[in-house]
Amino acid sequence: MKRGRLVRGLTYAALILLSLFYLLPIYVMLVTSLKGFDEVSLKTMWDLPRVIRFDNFIAAYQKLSPHLWNSLNMVLPAAVLSSILGSLNGYVLAKWRFRGANIIFPLILFGIFIPYQSILIPLVQFVTRLNGGSGLVGLVLAHVVYGLPITTLTFRNYFAGVPKEMVEAAKMDGAGLLQIYWSIFLPISIPAFVVVLIWQFTQAWNDFLFAVVLTEPAYWPMTVALNNMAGSQIVAWNVQMAGSFLTALPTLLVYIFLGQYFLRGMMAGALKG
Amino acid sequence: MTMHSKKEAWQSFLLVSPSLLAVAIFVYGFIGWTGRVSLSRWTGLLPDFTWVGLENYRKLFGDARFQIDIRNTVLFTAVFVLGALLLGLFEALLLDQGVKGEAFFRNLFLFPLAISYIVTGVVWRWLMNPASGTRLSGLNLLFERLGLHFLINDWYTTPFWGIVFIAIPAIWQMSGFTMAIYLAGLRAVPDELREAARVDGASEWQIYTRIVLPLLRPVTLSALIILGHMSLKVFDLILAVAGKQLALDVPAVYMWQTTFDGNFYGQGAAIAMLLLLSVAVLIVPYIWYTLRAEEEA
Repeated sequence: MKRGRLVRGLTYAALILLSLFYLLPIYVMLVTSLKGFDEVSLKTMWDLPRVIRFDNFIAAYQKLSPHLWNSLNMVLPAAVLSSILGSLNGYVLAKWRFRGANIIFPLILFGIFIPYQSILIPLVQFVTRLNGGSGLVGLVLAHVVYGLPITTLTFRNYFAGVPKEMVEAAKMDGAGLLQIYWSIFLPISIPAFVVVLIWQFTQAWNDFLFAVVLTEPAYWPMTVALNNMAGSQIVAWNVQMAGSFLTALPTLLVYIFLGQYFLRGMMAGALKG
Repeated sequence: MTMHSKKEAWQSFLLVSPSLLAVAIFVYGFIGWTGRVSLSRWTGLLPDFTWVGLENYRKLFGDARFQIDIRNTVLFTAVFVLGALLLGLFEALLLDQGVKGEAFFRNLFLFPLAISYIVTGVVWRWLMNPASGTRLSGLNLLFERLGLHFLINDWYTTPFWGIVFIAIPAIWQMSGFTMAIYLAGLRAVPDELREAARVDGASEWQIYTRIVLPLLRPVTLSALIILGHMSLKVFDLILAVAGKQLALDVPAVYMWQTTFDGNFYGQGAAIAMLLLLSVAVLIVPYIWYTLRAEEEA
């Protein structure tokens, strides 16, 4: 009995220590962001702010706000379009397997894992022709196309659970392919849509590689602008911390409110439906 | 599988054909194109498809920078994958003890997954600030305050081993993933199995080492492959922590720089193809195995 209590105590001690490890960067980010400029110094970076001020947030927001809009303008259409297409693909691959689908499906899946460097040179050339090197169309296109494999997989796995008798019955009633999708599959796939939308939102928001090669400075999303801000010697580290927090906030909020769905997207990405 | 009419077969194919076409062109067509560029002389802004065979690959293997890249990738992968696996397993085992506040701890270990590598990198760059003396800051400063002087170090500026420290933020970010799949694996172990072992007089330790851990082998394999392929592709985290430093170079960064800063398209394409090959070696058998297991189920 005594030994059991010791083990319990150690378990909690370990969990609390681990929690500190995960919270450490968040702590520094927040504490620094909430200090006034007069209080900011590398010497006192671990101290709590004496007075809560928003100087750093304001400075970071002024630098990043155009990029915040770029991110939103790019992420929303990218997430919505790749989800809709993925849902149609998943429906067909789960319930209307045409000849050759067994070969095509793994070929689509491989697209989840490729290092994007291997398609980057043609992609940049293609996008430069498409929008003359400026704007966000090329970036949206990249996120839609390279998001298709995972959105397709998620919907295909979700729809695989629908009993085929339902399809049979609908066919008996004379419903066609699209009608069955519209009246049966689409209405029940709201949870899958939430998973996929969240996943695509997070992926596109957090992406750096596509954004840095496919957009000009005026169209940079948050991640590229933040990295650029951190790489320059001009912007103080405390403003970088506030900028990091602003960049992390949207996906963090999504995680906090819709964490379970996020986790399911992640499992799908590891082929663990 | 149910029989579909010819009309339906056509309709279904038509419905997916835009996506199939997109994947065919943007994934496989573009990979083929990159492959072709890697066999060309293309240097400079204008495409030049003059055939040079495997010249670009041959040069890479004699290139000092690429040697550093391979060494860094191996070191980073070893520390990151092992670290994330062990930490994730440890967390899952702790959470499997029926602790109070399990959901809280689970969510806490998982939240870094939602954050961009750029954010992680920028924050850890300040945490791992190598400045010394009166400019001591970040974790080094914390260690000093806590009296843990022996932990103060040069972080990612350490000669030779610098890349290993980049694995720390990577582990911070990804260990929640291994925790989650290990926890799911642990929960899938039937209670009867543990009960039966207890009845046979096995200690809790023996139950874990003899029964539970062997059952987690498939989970470990999946995690190993997913983390391994991520670590081959590591890119933005390194840029955000350390910028473009030769000592911390990896193939993904080299490819990006040599292609888009240096206009050495042939060489960049060759690096990209090697990167793709290394990922494919891990991922292709994994996809094949997963789909087969699914068919048998």
